[in-house]
Amino acid sequence: MDTQPQTSAAGTPAVEVGAAERGSRSRMDLGGRSRPGERTILAVLALCGALSIFTTVGIIVVLIGEASAFFRHVPLRDFLTGTEWTPQAGLERGSFGVLPLLNGTLLVTAIALLVAVPLGLGAAMYLSEYAPERVRKLLKPSLEVLAGVPTIVLGVFALNIVTPALRGVLGAAGIEVDFFNALSAGLVMGVMIIPTVASLSEDAMSAVPRGLRESGYGLGATKRQVAVRVVLPAALSGVVAAIILGLGRAIGETMIVAVAAGNLPTITFDPTNQVQTMTAYIVQTVGGEAPRGTVKYQSIFAIGSLLFAITFLLNVAAQRFVRRFREVY
Amino acid sequence: MDRARTAAAPAEAPAAHRTGVAVEHAEQRPPSDGEAVFAVRDLTVSYGSNPAIVDVTMEIRRGEITALIGPSGCGKSTFIRCFNRMNDLIPTARVRGEITYHGVDLYGKGVDPVEVRRRVGMVFQKPNPFPKSIADNITFGPKVTGMKFDPDEIVERSLKRAALWDEVRNKLDDSAYSLSGGQQQRLCIARAIAVDPDVILMDEPCSALDPIATGRIEDLMRELQERYTIIIVTHNMQQAARVSDRTAFFTAEVESEENDHRFGRLVEYDLTENIFKNPQDSRTEDYVTGRFG
Repeated sequence: MDTQPQTSAAGTPAVEVGAAERGSRSRMDLGGRSRPGERTILAVLALCGALSIFTTVGIIVVLIGEASAFFRHVPLRDFLTGTEWTPQAGLERGSFGVLPLLNGTLLVTAIALLVAVPLGLGAAMYLSEYAPERVRKLLKPSLEVLAGVPTIVLGVFALNIVTPALRGVLGAAGIEVDFFNALSAGLVMGVMIIPTVASLSEDAMSAVPRGLRESGYGLGATKRQVAVRVVLPAALSGVVAAIILGLGRAIGETMIVAVAAGNLPTITFDPTNQVQTMTAYIVQTVGGEAPRGTVKYQSIFAIGSLLFAITFLLNVAAQRFVRRFREVY
Repeated sequence: MDRARTAAAPAEAPAAHRTGVAVEHAEQRPPSDGEAVFAVRDLTVSYGSNPAIVDVTMEIRRGEITALIGPSGCGKSTFIRCFNRMNDLIPTARVRGEITYHGVDLYGKGVDPVEVRRRVGMVFQKPNPFPKSIADNITFGPKVTGMKFDPDEIVERSLKRAALWDEVRNKLDDSAYSLSGGQQQRLCIARAIAVDPDVILMDEPCSALDPIATGRIEDLMRELQERYTIIIVTHNMQQAARVSDRTAFFTAEVESEENDHRFGRLVEYDLTENIFKNPQDSRTEDYVTGRFG
C-alpha cells in the first residue's frame, strides 16, 4: 500500500487510474469522491444562517409596515418632537410625542452608565493589570455570571430592596423619592451592564501588547501610570466599544424599568421621579388593552422602530471602534 | 585562527560604506579605564525552578558599549533585564547573587525599581512606540517621572540625539505608527534618552530592522556612547564586532536531556577585539567563527 505509490509517484496518471480500478487505491488517484455527509452539513449550516437572516428581515418588514400605518395618522415630525405622550386619549384628543418616553429611557440609561462605566472600567483594570493570575481566573467568570441573572429578578430586586433603601436614606435627607423612580431602576440596570463593560474592556486591555507595558515601565513609569497612561489609551477603542454595547443593552432593557421605573411618561431630569421608558411603554401596551389596528397598537411599532434604529446605530458605532482598535498595533 | 579573521573582516566592510565615521571610531576604540557602572557577582536568575542564567560575574564600565552575544536560550535577554529590574514584572522570576549599580546593591532592600528604571533606560527588540504622536512619545517619560521640562526643547533635543529630528521635524504631531520600523526604533531610543538616563539597555534593537536601518542605529550607538553607557544584546556577531568595546559570550547548557531545558553561562568576557580575533575559550572561538550556534 505504501510502497506502490512511492515507486510510481513519477508515473503517468493513466497508470494510477488503472491501479485504482484494480481496487488498491493509489495516492495519485485525485478523482472526485461523493461525500454525502459534507453536502448535508453544508445544507444544514446554510439553512441556519439563512434562517436568522430571514427572521431579521421579517421583523424589520413587520416593524416598518405597522410603523408606517402609525405614521399615516401621526406625522413623523410630531412623533419625534412632541412633548406629550397620551395615546390612551385616542387618535383625536391624544398626543403622540415620543420625547417623554425617550427622556425616560435616556435618564435611566444615563444613571446606569454612571454606575457601570466607573465600576466596569475599575473592575477591568484590576483584572487586567493588578489581579494575580489565580484571582483573575476566578473573578472573571463570576463577573460574567452576573450577566446571566434574569432581568426580571433584577427588576424585583430594584423595586423591593433598592427603592425602599433609597426612600429610607434619601427620605431621611429630606428628598422625596417616588415609589416608582428612575434612580432605583438606573442603579440596578447599571449593575446589570457592569459585566458587559468590564468583560469586554478587560479583553481590550489584556490585548494591549506586553511590549507597550514594558516600554512604559522601562521609562520609569509606575504601575498606575502604565495602567492609566499606556494601557487605557491603547485599549481605548475597545473600551469605548464595550461602553457602547453596554449602552445598547441599557436602552433596550425592559423588565427592570417596567417593574421599577414606573408608567408615567414625563419629561424630567429628576431621578427620584416616576418615568416611563420606551420599552416599558411597549410592555404596558402589549399587556392587553390595545386592540389590533388601533393607533395605540401601531404606536408600539413606531417606538419599536425607533429603539431598533438607536441600538442598530450604537452597534454600528461599536463595530467601527472595534475595527479601529484592531488596526492600532 | 584564520577563520576567525575572515569572520571579523566582513564586519567592517559595511561600516566603511556607510559613513567612514564608524570605521574611524572602530579604530579609535579605547579600552576604557572607566569606573564600573555595574558590578555583577555570582548572578543566577531562575523562572520558577528553572534556572535561565547561572553564576555570572562581570563588570560593565562607564562610557563603553558592552555586547552580550550567544546562542538562543543562553539567557542574554534575561540577563540584560536584570540591570533595570525588568524581571520584576515576571512573577516567577527570581534573582540571586548581586548586582551593584555605582556601588549600590540593585536588588537591595529599599531600592525602588521605578527609580532604577529612570536611570537605566531600555530599548526593546521590537520597536514599540506608544500609539500616540511622535512628540507625545518623547514627553511620556519626562511626564511620568515628574521632570520639569520644556516640551518643545526636550522633543527637539531627544530627537536630534537619536538622529531622527530631520526626518520628523515637520510631523511631530503625527502618529508614531506612521514611521518606518527603523524610524520607530530610533524614536524609542529618543524616548529613552528624553529622561536623561545614565545607562541604555538595548535588547536586540536591530533584529526587526533591515540592514540600512540597522546601520543607522549602529552609527547612533557610537554617538550615544559619548554620553551614555550602553549594553546591547545581539544575535548578530558582526554587529557586536562593529559597535562594541567589550563582548561577553554566553553559552546555553542543557540542564537535563529529558525536558531539553537550557540555561546560560558566561564563557568569556573581554575586549571585543580579543573575543573575535583571539578568543581564549574554544567554545567562543567555535561560536564567533560560525562553527557552532
